[in-house]
Amino acid sequence: MIPPETTSKEPKQMSAAEEQSQEREAAPDLSAMGERRQGHGVKVRGLHAYYGSVHAVKGVDIDFPANEVTAIIGPSGCGKSTMVRCINRMHEEIPGARSEGHVTLDEIDVYGAGVDVTAVRRMIGMVFQKPNPFPTMSIFDNVAAGLRLTGTKSDNLRERVHRALRAVGLWGEVKNRLNSPGIGLSGGQQQRLCIARAVAVEPEVILMDEPASALDPIATLKVEELIDELKNRYTIVIVTHNMQQAARVAKSTVFMLDGELVEHAETTKLFTNPSDERTERYVTGKFG
Amino acid sequence: MSTVSGATPLTQISPGRKRKDRIMRGSLMAGTGIALVPLILVIYYLIYKGVSSWSASGFFTTDPTGSFFGNPGGIRSAIFGTLEIVALASLISIPIGIAVALYLTEYGKDGRFANLVRYFVDVMTGVPSVVFGLFIYITLVISHAGGSGFAGWKGSLALSLLMLPIVIRSAEVVLLLVPSSLREAALALGAPRWRIVWRVVLPTARSGLVTGSLLAVARGMGETAPLLFTVSLATAFTGNINGLMNSLPLQIYTDITNPRDVIVARAWGAALTLVALVLILNVTARLISRRSSMT
Repeated sequence: MIPPETTSKEPKQMSAAEEQSQEREAAPDLSAMGERRQGHGVKVRGLHAYYGSVHAVKGVDIDFPANEVTAIIGPSGCGKSTMVRCINRMHEEIPGARSEGHVTLDEIDVYGAGVDVTAVRRMIGMVFQKPNPFPTMSIFDNVAAGLRLTGTKSDNLRERVHRALRAVGLWGEVKNRLNSPGIGLSGGQQQRLCIARAVAVEPEVILMDEPASALDPIATLKVEELIDELKNRYTIVIVTHNMQQAARVAKSTVFMLDGELVEHAETTKLFTNPSDERTERYVTGKFG
Repeated sequence: MSTVSGATPLTQISPGRKRKDRIMRGSLMAGTGIALVPLILVIYYLIYKGVSSWSASGFFTTDPTGSFFGNPGGIRSAIFGTLEIVALASLISIPIGIAVALYLTEYGKDGRFANLVRYFVDVMTGVPSVVFGLFIYITLVISHAGGSGFAGWKGSLALSLLMLPIVIRSAEVVLLLVPSSLREAALALGAPRWRIVWRVVLPTARSGLVTGSLLAVARGMGETAPLLFTVSLATAFTGNINGLMNSLPLQIYTDITNPRDVIVARAWGAALTLVALVLILNVTARLISRRSSMT
């Protein structure tokens, strides 16, 4: 059988202005979200985390400066994901898990008495390792989900969704199919959709737990470019197994081992001239 | 062709292995065939015996007369009675059942109370249906609750007791299939748990919930014993759920033991109608759930 002609559509004549706008839409455009914003840093003090009787994070102190990308590296099981999940209190959702210590955002202790955990998570967004768009929702609804799920009354919902999609550089790819299912996108697009979902809520901090480890190199590059843009408005914490990635995106890097913080330094220094012997052995690939 | 030294040479599959494969495949096929035999026979008999009475005049449009001689009448009141009783039973058991399943998966999880509930639900699944009928008979029928002894709504209650564990168990399985990464994603956005249940968990599980509930509805539709002691049998068409009602299972139950051939044939017709009703319900509910999941 002869396949039916599928390319019968006339190639659309594109004006120069349209072409230019298409190009702009393909790149992350954080200006869509507004001016550069002075974010708020996060301070972690004396943090311990447990899974039942397993002591996963053993007394960590870290400062995450505002409007900077901080990477956390370390071998599997060193407690880096657990530590990050303590920052927005997702750790306590796991049955049997608990934590001690202080995490402050703009001088407010997120573990303080009377602090609403849902308010904490609205301020501190999160992006997961595997893209997890809601399968029953369209692209539009996925981005709007953060606002709808938190009961945020918004008169300009449509506009906020469009801005978030522009901010992650997904607008040009999806603007004509906002109502098609979010899981119909490719893996890299899904992950950027999830970042748009987090951005739409306008948090102060975005935590990323190995956001690119399930993506191919091209999609990874796009996500990394996006992270570089995002720091203009947000404080970013990124957990990664990929040391090149840490070197590309992060201003400072934390090395963790066995639940302890070994070294926190400027990324270039940590990779080229670490002060701790264990860091050196890890970054040179001698163990872990 | 040169052989790679050290590698195991590629050999033919041994004849013994081939024989074993043939025998196992054959016995599995035979097992499937044997399982299909009663199923096909039941459907064949239903159609063979039932279709002829469907064509009797007034089969669907008249009520049974109850007279032994003259015209026996049709099964209209039985169809409507079954639909009313089962609809009320579904209205009771499906929302409660899904709510219990939500408690088990979203809140109780592996807690002591949740496990206790699971245990009781399992016990309830094993209770013979006649026991539910007796229970309602003793608590509601003898005491003339609501002003009458036997009543349609009491049958609905007995059926809903029977359907409840089926709804709970099937809904729990389906809700557990909703990936926890979706709950995590919603939690990390700062959503309260009730909104996550409402906007993420339930929509994701919807088609499974529909299927599970239908299973319970189909099961409830065919039950005779819970109705025997709670609704009894009226022949006339009635919309009054607080009085005696007719129903397909009871109609079949009384007709099949009748010595008159026309009335026995009506039992077959009613049985075929019951199966057709379940089938129609199944297909429509699936169509509805499929259509709504596309938007």
